[in-house]
Amino acid sequence: MNLNATLLGQSITFAIFVWFCMKYIWPMLGTAMRERQEAIAAGLRASEEADQKLASAATNAESEMAAAKEEASAIIEQARSRANQMVEEAKDEARQEGQRILDAAKAEIDQEMNRAKEALRADVAALVIAGAERVIEDNIDASKHDTMLTKLASEL
Amino acid sequence: MSSGTKTTADYIQHHLTNLTYGQLPDGSWGFAHSAEEAAQMGFWSINVDSMAWSIGLGLVFTLFFRRAAAHATAGVPGGLQNFVEMIVEFIDETTQSIFQHKNDLIAPLAMTIFVWVFLMNLMDLVPVDWLPELAVLLGVSHMKVVPSTDPNITMAMALTVFMLILYYSVKCKGAMGFIKELTLHPFPSLAAIPVNFVLEFVSLIAKPLSLGLRLFGNMYAGEMIFILIALMFGGGVAFFIFGGVLQWVWAVFHVLVITLQAFIFAVLTIVYLAQAHETEEH
Repeated sequence: MNLNATLLGQSITFAIFVWFCMKYIWPMLGTAMRERQEAIAAGLRASEEADQKLASAATNAESEMAAAKEEASAIIEQARSRANQMVEEAKDEARQEGQRILDAAKAEIDQEMNRAKEALRADVAALVIAGAERVIEDNIDASKHDTMLTKLASEL
Repeated sequence: MSSGTKTTADYIQHHLTNLTYGQLPDGSWGFAHSAEEAAQMGFWSINVDSMAWSIGLGLVFTLFFRRAAAHATAGVPGGLQNFVEMIVEFIDETTQSIFQHKNDLIAPLAMTIFVWVFLMNLMDLVPVDWLPELAVLLGVSHMKVVPSTDPNITMAMALTVFMLILYYSVKCKGAMGFIKELTLHPFPSLAAIPVNFVLEFVSLIAKPLSLGLRLFGNMYAGEMIFILIALMFGGGVAFFIFGGVLQWVWAVFHVLVITLQAFIFAVLTIVYLAQAHETEEH
């Protein structure tokens, strides 16, 4: 247990190992560990950002969905009112058309009736004269009684 | 015990003697045959077993860690890299919590001390007879396998740390600043210089002494107890079983001790060097 030159030998050995560790071991491991730390930190940051993006995309999608629903219901509402309007218009048109047809028919009937009356009036004079001739068994000059005949016919 | 002809004292003595190479009494160079002969060799002799185990374990440390460092990637680390990085991170955190200055030497120094001293201490857990008896079979008379039970080894490391303390003290505080710290502290008066110097000088010298002797003392005592427990194996079946249990208990306890001692050596080195970098008055 005496002190001897081992003291020097161990000191030199110690210095060499420390130098080797400082030069060829510590820096490489330190660099690798720092780089990994940075990579992990960057990954965590990226995943956080992605989370935030996802959340904002979800809210975006929600609001857009709501807007689309609103628009769709507005369109449906519009279409419904347009349809109602069209039906009303069609009804009006149909009613007018029917009225027009009815009016035309009435006008035609009136016309026919007038024509029939005119014809009847023409026939009445002849029939009256013929009947009167039979009654008095003589010819009657129609022109002498024209005023009375016209008056009679117009009473029809 | 190797043979029945040896006495207990011989057995212990054999375990505590280094394989020392130096100048023999007859003037030739060779290995000492006993502790007395080794002592007579004086300073210019060398404990070959301590040096060989120390260098071998240092190589184990550097080669393993160098392998991890050479293949270090920032990607997913493999088993070896993971293990090495765990130690690097542990040392780095410890260093940063104690040492606030900028110095690229401190952390690698602390890691070398921690791992190397740990490996040297770890040799204490190898059953005390295995390697020395193997050495005897191979024709080597003595073999102390735990380098940290050799005061030369622990004091050499402590003194190297002491050199760094002196170097950084002078470098950071300046020669005058360092002398002032030794003479005008803790009592800042001219009359108190002798008292201050004695106090500060003792505390300065105490650093390497306590650093080296603490490790040596702990490991030497631990080794001694392993040797004493090993003596029981020759005392019959009951003693054999009792010794086996004791050895197991002491080894489990020693796992804590060797780690703690390696950690204390590394941390105190960082603390002392941090103090050497401290420039402001306190």
